[in-house]
Amino acid sequence: MSLIVLLLLPFVGSCLAAVLPHNARNAESLLAGLVALAGTVQVALMYPQIAHGGVIREEFLWLPSLGLNLVLRMDGFAWLFSLLVLGIGALVSLYARYYMSPQDPVPRFFAFFLAFMGAMLGLVISGNLIQLVFFWELTSLFSFLLIGYWHHRGDARRGAYMALMVTGAGGLCLLVGALLLGHVVGSYDLDKTLAAGDLIRQHALYPVLLPLILIGALSKSAQFPFHFWLPHAMAAPTPVSAYLHSATMVKAGVFLMARFWPVLSGTEEWFWIVGGAGACTLLLGAFAAMFQNDLKGLLAYSTISHLGLITLLLGLNSPLAAVAAVFHILNHATFKASLFMAAGIIDHESGTRDIRRLSGLVRLVPYTATLAMVASASMAGVPLMNGFLSKEMFFAETVFISATAWVEIALPVIATLAGTFSVAYALRFTVDVFFGPTAQDLPHTPHEPPRWMRAPVELLVLTCLIVGIFPAQSVGPLLAAAALPVVGGTLPEYSLAIWHGWNAPMIMSLIAMCGGVVLYLLLREQLRRGRFPYPPLIERFNGKRLFERGQVHLMLLARRIETQFTTQRLQKQLFMLVLAAFIAGLTPVLYNGLTWGDRPKIPGSGVFVALWLIAIACAVGAAWQAKYHRLAALIMVSVCGLMTCITFVWFSAPDLALTQLVVEVVTTVLILLGLRWLPRRLENVSPRAKERARLRRLRDLLLAALVGGGMAVLSYAMLTRPTPNAISSFYLSRALPEGGGTNVVNVMLVDFRGFDTLGEITVLVAVALTVFALLRRFRPPKESMQVPAQQRRLAPDVVSDLINPRHAPDTALGFMMVPAVLVRLLLPIALLVSMYLFMRGHNQPGGGFVAGLVMSVAFILQYMVAGTKWVEAQMSLRPLRWMGTGLLCATLTGMGAMSLGYPFLTTHTAHLRLPLLGDIHVASALLFDVGVYAVVVGSTLLILTALAHQSVRAYRPASQPKPTKAGAA
Amino acid sequence: MEEVIAVAIGVLTASGVWLILRPRTYQVIMGLCLLSYGVNLFIFSMGSLFIGKEPIIKEGVTQDLLHYTDPLPQALVLTAIVISFAMTALFLVVMLASRGLTATDHVDGRERDE
Repeated sequence: MSLIVLLLLPFVGSCLAAVLPHNARNAESLLAGLVALAGTVQVALMYPQIAHGGVIREEFLWLPSLGLNLVLRMDGFAWLFSLLVLGIGALVSLYARYYMSPQDPVPRFFAFFLAFMGAMLGLVISGNLIQLVFFWELTSLFSFLLIGYWHHRGDARRGAYMALMVTGAGGLCLLVGALLLGHVVGSYDLDKTLAAGDLIRQHALYPVLLPLILIGALSKSAQFPFHFWLPHAMAAPTPVSAYLHSATMVKAGVFLMARFWPVLSGTEEWFWIVGGAGACTLLLGAFAAMFQNDLKGLLAYSTISHLGLITLLLGLNSPLAAVAAVFHILNHATFKASLFMAAGIIDHESGTRDIRRLSGLVRLVPYTATLAMVASASMAGVPLMNGFLSKEMFFAETVFISATAWVEIALPVIATLAGTFSVAYALRFTVDVFFGPTAQDLPHTPHEPPRWMRAPVELLVLTCLIVGIFPAQSVGPLLAAAALPVVGGTLPEYSLAIWHGWNAPMIMSLIAMCGGVVLYLLLREQLRRGRFPYPPLIERFNGKRLFERGQVHLMLLARRIETQFTTQRLQKQLFMLVLAAFIAGLTPVLYNGLTWGDRPKIPGSGVFVALWLIAIACAVGAAWQAKYHRLAALIMVSVCGLMTCITFVWFSAPDLALTQLVVEVVTTVLILLGLRWLPRRLENVSPRAKERARLRRLRDLLLAALVGGGMAVLSYAMLTRPTPNAISSFYLSRALPEGGGTNVVNVMLVDFRGFDTLGEITVLVAVALTVFALLRRFRPPKESMQVPAQQRRLAPDVVSDLINPRHAPDTALGFMMVPAVLVRLLLPIALLVSMYLFMRGHNQPGGGFVAGLVMSVAFILQYMVAGTKWVEAQMSLRPLRWMGTGLLCATLTGMGAMSLGYPFLTTHTAHLRLPLLGDIHVASALLFDVGVYAVVVGSTLLILTALAHQSVRAYRPASQPKPTKAGAA
Repeated sequence: MEEVIAVAIGVLTASGVWLILRPRTYQVIMGLCLLSYGVNLFIFSMGSLFIGKEPIIKEGVTQDLLHYTDPLPQALVLTAIVISFAMTALFLVVMLASRGLTATDHVDGRERDE
């Protein structure tokens, strides 16, 4: 199995797990277990290839020019981690089968679980820095989802949120660090990075990139000062804790530090940051763990402490310490996973995790108790356990370090002290829970768990023992293979023996053992009486409180900045926008000056000037009157539209003129339909407001005049200068031979720039659907629902031709009869005109847009004259189908070219000789134009009819919204 | 003629800008219409303005920009016309929906007491 299959397997499994039934615990667990097991076996089989420094590498090119490729790379260290991720994953899936209750939605659990496994696997076998950061963030995301699995619980939500915030922010720092690292090395490839150690350490950017990468790693591994998120993440289901906080998530941080150990370590900065954080965490975690009353809380702080130990080892800048770190990663994963599972069993069986309430369980669950005691002995570093071996190596490193004098003294003291604490909390975990009088008042009476729930714990504890007793035979070669890449190629001399004689580490161990027992005995009674609700001395450094306070302050700051520098008022925003545009346009003129060109002028025409004078007057009039005389403003704006249209005709743009004309009609109808629902004039405005409005108007007027003047000057300059003739002649010369049409503009639209047009009709469809959706929920205000004032003014007994369209099925009565007849006659003629415009479009002015708009105008006229009810009783127009068919037609035409091996939307032309019609030139662009036509008809109709329906729908007050389909078109 | 077009573009833009800075939604719609006329004309005039030289290929006429009007700005403006129609429609309906929900036609959805 290749690496890519190995990586994809968990993700595929995750998708499968998500769709299984709600309560399929067996199937889910089997699926997850099999995926993890298959992966484990495959990884194990890769051992010969990586055993002696070999590297398996697979590369999939993605953006080679940017150095972004999918590179999967497995060396000994990645191999060890993959084994941990998949192996412990398999055990946890089995365990979770029994831990999760039938009420829990297990598909979600296992889907997230497998996805997390995949993300973690992707992280450890990444061969590219950016890819590594990507999977890093994925693990943050999925761990967030897993920690917050019981999202009905507030503590789970808060814990998940905190974990995401801390590790996610760390991930962002890591991303910047990785980008800098890639910049320094000149490649994002991990192999190249790992080979460039000296270059990186001597680079000027090293002091910048190192802290960034380390913030990422330390926050992920819950190292001081980011340690506080981990205990709160204990709100997760126990299988999640066992997985995330023993083998995977928190190990990602130390993984990263070990991964880059060959290139980043060996400097003062590394020693002080990594070693310092590690030493603080080691001591702090172990100290706090002693005072925890929650089993999982104790394990959480112990995890923090052990991760601190690994970090400290990595920070010591000695190859031997790095080997010890790798060894402890492995050991910690085994004993901590089994301890979490044991804690979960106790919680599951007795209903509580409170150490003060649990007591004497050894008589009730002897088997589990034995397993938990062996595992916690390993945690405490008792001889014959695997924890003992790596702890001895750690002690040895602290003793034999050569550094400043006080460091040489302080480190062994810290190590011994931490060892003492760990013995004390391990005793708390075992003696308090399993010995003493049998607890009576537990929520449930504990029984041994199901056989297979215990199996994963047994297997892990067995591993602890085997490694602890026969280290050289069992784990020796694996450790050598895994540590080789970490130390950068040459393994230091070390021995994995249980007994090294009476040396300093052994004496430190003895001191720690005795000290731990004494400390435990001293604290025992105090703790049981609840004298220490919080760990003493460090209770003031409450990370959670600091985090929350920081968050509140950040929010307040953001809010203050927002109110200071932004506004919610549209007028101000638009003012700033227009002002910015004006300044942007003005700046080059200020720098380079403004000159007129000498292009030959177009001969003038009095008619044209006169027409524009009218239109200009109308534009100013519309601006002046738009507030209260809406209809007048609309008419005046239409005059401007018509004049624009005439300008297009005048200057040889027949297609534009046609389109503008029809669009003008449709827009006017549309706005007329909307006018009905606008409110009346606002009376009684205070004099102060008037004064302010006057000032604002003056300001706006000034800006409008400046912008308008600027545009005038700019266009005059452009109009008098020679035209650039950049690419347009291309279209002119290619339109006929390659596009097969003489109307260059139309050929451009359906052929050269067909993709653009496809986007445009998609926009039309989107707008039409949005309009439709918005209007479904629209409730017109009450005063607009009444019969218009003009009709109300009539006496009730007057016989009038005015018809209320809401009640009359056919409004074409009285004086509306004549136009109605005419308009109905117009429909077939409009259809003919539309077809004509459509067919000639490729060679003469016309085309799908204009034809479609003409068609829809004809339909709209029917609505206007005869009323909605009559039209819809006579014709079934299905705008949605028009739109769908059109979009499909246009897209399929484009894809047709692809199926023949040409780029999307390549046009094909054919000459046909048909009877009666003679020679016909058919381009596939015609089919595309059919699509455009149908979309234009459909969306215009949908928009206009949706608006028109507002006047006939039954009025429901807004206070009783009913989610019914009534009122929809 | 160039002067007329330049002034026309200027006035359309100025009226449009004035209107989109107004507080009533209807004014803003009208402003957007006027502004799009101005901008469309501006883009259109970027090409060579000719009288009677439509970009429709005739036999025997050399296919260059001396004998035909520039088709590129025309194609761009054609797209712009349709898009501005769609925008007007959308904005009109948003305006109506906002009026229905907030009972005012102020652009901010509520009357400002100033």
